[in-house]
Amino acid sequence: MSTRAQLQWQWIGGTPPAWRAAVEADQWTSVARTMHGDGARLLALWGGERRSDAARIEVLAAYLDQEGLRVTELDVPRDVATIPSIAEVYPAALRMERALHDLLGVRAANGDARPWLRHASWPAGYLPLRRDQPEPPRAPGITDNYAFVMVSGDGVHEIPVGPVHASIIEPGHFRFSVAGEKVLRLEQRLGYAHKGVERLFQHRPLDQGHRLAARICGDSTVAYSWAYCRALEGMSGCEVTARCAWLRALALELERIANHLGDLGALGNDAGFAFGLAQFSRVKEDLLRTLYDAFGQRYLMDYVVPGGVARDLAPASISALTTRLVATEHEVRAMRAIYDDHPGVHDRFHDAGTVLPQLAARLGLTGLAGRASDQAFDLRVDHPWAPWSTFPAKLATRSSGDVLARVAVRFDEVLESIRICRAWLRLLPEGAVQRDLGTPLAGALAFGLVEGWRGPVFIALEAGAEGRTHRCHVHDPSWQNWPALEHAIMDNIVPDFPLINKSFNLAYSGHDL
Amino acid sequence: MIVAATNQLLELALALLAAPLLLGWVNKCRAWLQNRSAPSIWLPYRNLHKLFHKDAVLADNASLLFRAAPYVVFGSMVVAAAIIPSVGTALPSAYVADAIALVGLFATARVFMSLAAMDIGTAFGTLGARREMMIGFLAEPALLMVIFTASLIASSTSLVAISTAFVTRELAIYPSLAFAAIAFMLVLLAENARIPVDNPATHLELTMIHEAMLLEYSARHLALMEWAAALKLFNYAAIGIALFVPWGIARGDAGYVELLAGAPILALKLLSFGAGLALIETLSAKLRIFRAPEFLATAFLFAVLGMLVHLLLGS
Repeated sequence: MSTRAQLQWQWIGGTPPAWRAAVEADQWTSVARTMHGDGARLLALWGGERRSDAARIEVLAAYLDQEGLRVTELDVPRDVATIPSIAEVYPAALRMERALHDLLGVRAANGDARPWLRHASWPAGYLPLRRDQPEPPRAPGITDNYAFVMVSGDGVHEIPVGPVHASIIEPGHFRFSVAGEKVLRLEQRLGYAHKGVERLFQHRPLDQGHRLAARICGDSTVAYSWAYCRALEGMSGCEVTARCAWLRALALELERIANHLGDLGALGNDAGFAFGLAQFSRVKEDLLRTLYDAFGQRYLMDYVVPGGVARDLAPASISALTTRLVATEHEVRAMRAIYDDHPGVHDRFHDAGTVLPQLAARLGLTGLAGRASDQAFDLRVDHPWAPWSTFPAKLATRSSGDVLARVAVRFDEVLESIRICRAWLRLLPEGAVQRDLGTPLAGALAFGLVEGWRGPVFIALEAGAEGRTHRCHVHDPSWQNWPALEHAIMDNIVPDFPLINKSFNLAYSGHDL
Repeated sequence: MIVAATNQLLELALALLAAPLLLGWVNKCRAWLQNRSAPSIWLPYRNLHKLFHKDAVLADNASLLFRAAPYVVFGSMVVAAAIIPSVGTALPSAYVADAIALVGLFATARVFMSLAAMDIGTAFGTLGARREMMIGFLAEPALLMVIFTASLIASSTSLVAISTAFVTRELAIYPSLAFAAIAFMLVLLAENARIPVDNPATHLELTMIHEAMLLEYSARHLALMEWAAALKLFNYAAIGIALFVPWGIARGDAGYVELLAGAPILALKLLSFGAGLALIETLSAKLRIFRAPEFLATAFLFAVLGMLVHLLLGS
């Protein structure tokens, strides 16, 4: 049995510290198993053509454990069609492996040959991430016959929902197999928001990629652009100033607060308690307006730039933000008391969409939803850097894994983020907010990992020649959590799905890329 | 006779015209209670106007039933409005049908709406129809029991006779009617797709009951369905007023003056009803759908209690 100790780990650096190692095909699965046995979680699985040799493809898997980030690389000759699968060890890898096949033509032996990201918009033989591909027909006229798993039985029928929904939400298809109101099985189909982000990154100047990263998933724009900048700064040897690091962390926490406020309101609304939505929308809007005044952006888009932040925080803005956060905290506490004391709301939240800790661990549930199922992982706590390393955040967890738990974690995190933001605003170090970015070497590989409000946002950046991007792989925590939603809804009733779905609030755009 | 005819016409016109207004009022109150800026009270009219001027789109496999259902549903609600005393009790058409037939009218509308929803064959329509029938078969007995309690006191199943009886008697407190009123309010919430049973404001297809049945309708068909829903709410409000707070209603022998006086009194009652409904909806969350039977069983229980109180205590 191969162990990770036998691999040749090459140190890359960064926070959390990262190592990479080449793995042979016959060890690919056993390394994954060892990683799993050692408590490492699968962060991402992706691939691409080698920079030096387009005839060879590399498949990479990133694992995260207590020590840091370990990236294993599998070298695949172009004519080899099948690689071993790690989906048996890490179920979340299944969809990543399917996406790998859609984009690169490398099939992992996981037993599921259906496409994942590829829909009717490009033909089966077209592989977007290969260099020698002709441009695909713009409207190929393919009929899309996706083989959903059929459930049979007396009185069992299907309810297809989406990808076009009644409200302004992103596209995704949900196929319910139900008996009466009870959901026997849910199967998701995603990929409708695929826009070829990885191709868009290719050959883009490295110091401009943060703008694209910021636009991948609008509600996590700080997390994405920061993850990109961390990777870029890591490979350029640029260490940002203390004030810059604090301002970035502040922006990330403010993004977390704003999103949690919106979700808490929407969760009340989905339970038929419109009062909650009206109140939280007002509190969120007040915060966004303060952000606009302080940062020039309501959702802080393009605030994090390579080497620094787009603008410094004026003293007047610091006091305005502090005042706003105090008011927000007051309102959130009042709303929490209302949510907690409302029997109707409590009844809807309690025991709905449960993912028990054991299942959550098996599925690799991550981020906020993971913490509600006792998966006590948070990069801000596990691998802190400044300012979390000097002024730590408290981890918020619950173990019941239902909607109520996810609501409670959100409340805890909002209040905790407000607490640390207020402290940071008081202690904000002086200094410049921008540093010069060095020139990264061609072929340099670096990673950016940031705990966004949904969970860890991961970016793997590989530099090409002339300061351009060779490859930038972006990974949203929703990849891990979408499959868990299929389990969460089982044995619940159909009308509870929107509420359960909202309690996860996973990304479409960030997932479909 | 002419007064009665006038009253009849007045009540019908009032029901047709004021029903969207009542809905607009409820929505306005809801918005105020939630600290939102309220939509215009005339919004339901604008919506109807918009829908009547659109071209209707029908599914390819829509049968005659699907196209006829809006007219049947709307017609049922208009007929119901004609036999419920609101401004005055001098209603010539009230002798056509009593309160039990009224429940039958509501049932007719429900059956047609459900069949039309299933006619297209979409998952959501069937889902809504299924849930609507579940709510309906639980709500109707409770409504009947409420009406029976009032009928026992007034010795008639005619709404006009019940109203007249309560107005002409000296003011007395009927504990049985208090139970019946609670039961009626619960039935009203369930039957009119209000929170906590259904949510008229939702966009979530999977949670809908009433709205799910209307998803395939457009233009004039949708307008009629929406108008019928507003009329249904108005009718239920009018039944509640006629049964439990009939004071101020113009009596059978009334003249034009009493009729004119009856209208503002009715308006006041409707305004407070709308505000009360909005308050209930703001304070409650939506029930899990399988709690709806418990909710309606409670309604039935209250209605039975009302009747038992009447039979045992004679009050």
